[in-house]
Amino acid sequence: MVGAAVAVASEFFVFRHMRNATPVAMMISSFALGFVIQNNLLLVYGSRPKAISLWPELNKPVSIIGASIPLLQIIVILTTLIVVVTLALLLKRTRIGLEMRAAAENFTMARLLGVRANVVITGAFALSGALAAAVALIMVTQTGVADVRMGGQIMLVAFIATVIGGLGSLPGAVAAGFLIGAASVILQGFLPLEARPFRDAFLYTLVIVVLLLRPEGLFTSNSTKPRV
Amino acid sequence: MAQTHKQKRLSAWSTPILLIAVLLIFTLLITIFGDKSLARMAAQTLIRVTFVVGLWIFVGNSGVVSFGHAGYMAIGAYCSAWLSLDPMKKGLFLPDLWPFLANAEWHVLPAAVASGLLAAFIALLSGAAILRLSGIAASIATFAFLAIVYTIYSSWEGVTGATSSVVGLTRYADQWATFGWASVTVFAAAWYANSSSGLALRASREDEVAADASGINMYRHRLISLVVSAFFTGVAGALFGHSLGVLNPNSFYLGVTFITLAMLVVGGIGSLTGAVTGVLVLSIIIEALVRMERGMTVGETTLALPTGAQEIIIGVIMILVLILRPAGLTGGRELRLRIGGR
Repeated sequence: MVGAAVAVASEFFVFRHMRNATPVAMMISSFALGFVIQNNLLLVYGSRPKAISLWPELNKPVSIIGASIPLLQIIVILTTLIVVVTLALLLKRTRIGLEMRAAAENFTMARLLGVRANVVITGAFALSGALAAAVALIMVTQTGVADVRMGGQIMLVAFIATVIGGLGSLPGAVAAGFLIGAASVILQGFLPLEARPFRDAFLYTLVIVVLLLRPEGLFTSNSTKPRV
Repeated sequence: MAQTHKQKRLSAWSTPILLIAVLLIFTLLITIFGDKSLARMAAQTLIRVTFVVGLWIFVGNSGVVSFGHAGYMAIGAYCSAWLSLDPMKKGLFLPDLWPFLANAEWHVLPAAVASGLLAAFIALLSGAAILRLSGIAASIATFAFLAIVYTIYSSWEGVTGATSSVVGLTRYADQWATFGWASVTVFAAAWYANSSSGLALRASREDEVAADASGINMYRHRLISLVVSAFFTGVAGALFGHSLGVLNPNSFYLGVTFITLAMLVVGGIGSLTGAVTGVLVLSIIIEALVRMERGMTVGETTLALPTGAQEIIIGVIMILVLILRPAGLTGGRELRLRIGGR
């Protein structure tokens, strides 16, 4: 809930004024905003990672068909499934979802047809903020540490996954997320020992290769094709 | 007609000269009035000018945002360290260097040029692949390139010293050496932007399809500008190493990427003047805030900002600039003289 609130507030204060700005300016200001939020947290909580045990009983292993898995991981898998399905239903079946997709495709046209732009965009921000906060909760439970800088790595992967998957495609984002995760685990397992520290380099090379083969992403929606 | 054309060309050349004059005044003021730490800050600022103007050669003319230039900077910085570090120290810190590099003891200037050339060569290779993409896919690919460089340099223990730093570089990059390189970069950037390749590239930035229809090979011109741009970012990297004396892969990752792009965008991505303005304005504000954090004595009371406030304020300033002037402080205009009035 806090994540959603902060996201809505940032939309209101920053991004609403930048509707007409270039994507580059928008990207930079979002980085700047992240910077501001991060340093505010730093100022309040200090820079040392904090040990937090949220629901420690969730980390106890349970055995399923002979494999012992922490309960948390099962919950994570289930939550992910639920979130993805809900999101898909929301985007495909409800009015607000339809409006969101319309606004993503052609913002001006959507407004002309009576979509309330501010409501839709604020809604999207709230949704993504809440989801990001949920991810943070899961991470904290898993590692038991809350750190101001913990968002960086996962943000990069998320950013890359959205583009590889194809902007504006939910199945694409899911598939790309899985692909990156799987590729990094496979590389970790199969690379010779001396090459293992360079795993990320191989991973990102794969990213470039995928982009070269499918520049619009794995699952392309119609709106991303350039129109002349 | 021919007359006005000639005038325009001349007045386009006044931009780099004016900008270099501004940089010269900045350096002179600091050398005369500033203390030692201010001089160091000036050197850092001028290195950033070199870097950001180098970055502008590609980003400003092609319109593709590159996150990868910190990677070229790292390549340049380490190359200069390999070439100019005392062989004994290299044996100690970087045992796995190839014999040719391990015994090299170059003068710093050829080492800086060689660093730029290596960065440019890598740009030619990486750009040949990455620049086939366009738009956001290209930006992400440059980002992936940055991550590749970072991973390699932070884990190749015997050659780059990995996460333990390389120390002991000659610290020759004071404000005058960096001023020299910054001026050369500004000049080269103006030259490239007014060359036929630069003009063609800017045409493709405005309208890809129309430029394509006019027979402009966008891929080729983008590659040319990337190579030129990487040369100067590589040099900036070499200067960076030689101003701090210490190299660590972490100094060439997200932090520097973010701050330099922010400088470019705040100043105005569309013009060379914007690139220089952005660096000067943000660097001066950052320095002022850092000093305020340390505390300022006014009469009997010491005023000090809380630690960490500097980053917050700088972030807020950036956001405000981008909201109020989305095209940056200069709004894409160049500082230039009108020669032979109208």
